[in-house]
Amino acid sequence: MLKCVEAIGLCSQELDRPLALGERTSLRLHLMMCTGCTNYRLQLGTLRQAMQAYAQGDAVPGDEGPAEPPRS
Amino acid sequence: MQGISAAALQLLRTQMLRFAELQLRDRDTAEDMVQEAIEAALRNAASFSGQSSLKTWVFAILRNRIIDHLRQAVRTVNLSSLVNEENEDWEDRLEGLFKESGHWRQGAAPTAWPRPEEAMQTRQFWAVFETCLSLLPPATGRVFMMREFLGFESQEICEQLAISTSNCHVILHRARLKLRGCMDTGWGRPEGAPC
Repeated sequence: MLKCVEAIGLCSQELDRPLALGERTSLRLHLMMCTGCTNYRLQLGTLRQAMQAYAQGDAVPGDEGPAEPPRS
Repeated sequence: MQGISAAALQLLRTQMLRFAELQLRDRDTAEDMVQEAIEAALRNAASFSGQSSLKTWVFAILRNRIIDHLRQAVRTVNLSSLVNEENEDWEDRLEGLFKESGHWRQGAAPTAWPRPEEAMQTRQFWAVFETCLSLLPPATGRVFMMREFLGFESQEICEQLAISTSNCHVILHRARLKLRGCMDTGWGRPEGAPC
């Protein structure tokens, strides 16, 4: 049985490499029983989404930033 | 020309600069990259299809500039010792989150974030996000942003920075854990919730 501290490591690694079958299975089993790690994994997904949006210029600029130019 | 003006590009400059500076951690290089991207956009205005927004297009040019720059520049730098120094407090941090059994401590287990998609439409979310990114230790942040902003495969990051694959995964894991913790404190937790 995976410990939480190990599970969150796998949650990160699955974003960087394909997990082995055994890793996937033990992670899935762990997540079924652990709300904390399930939330952690969802939040890593949110962070990735936010990183990609930011890198595409989709962040909402701050007050000191210029306003978005009007789209034609 | 599809109506790209130097003025419209200048309006995006501040935002581009902030992005480039977070990734590069160097104001001068960031300025150069942004300037080059703006010039390239003006030179290649004919190839802007208007399918995407001008901002999306210019940010893609900027990302490619930075990717080229990093591919050329960092090959000689060995970041591994630097990164290890940055993570001296790692064991303490883990101990704060996990019991000896390896399970979450009381109150440390992540609770769901309220409506992240909606939050991403607000300035406040992005202000906290920028702050949290800038608080990542420099070498760790650089590796993490190469992966997440620029889409480098972890394999290539390892090779470029002369670190092992497992070390690379550990760095990315630590970066995510820190960023998550920072976002949780700065934005995700309903007020008054225990940290």
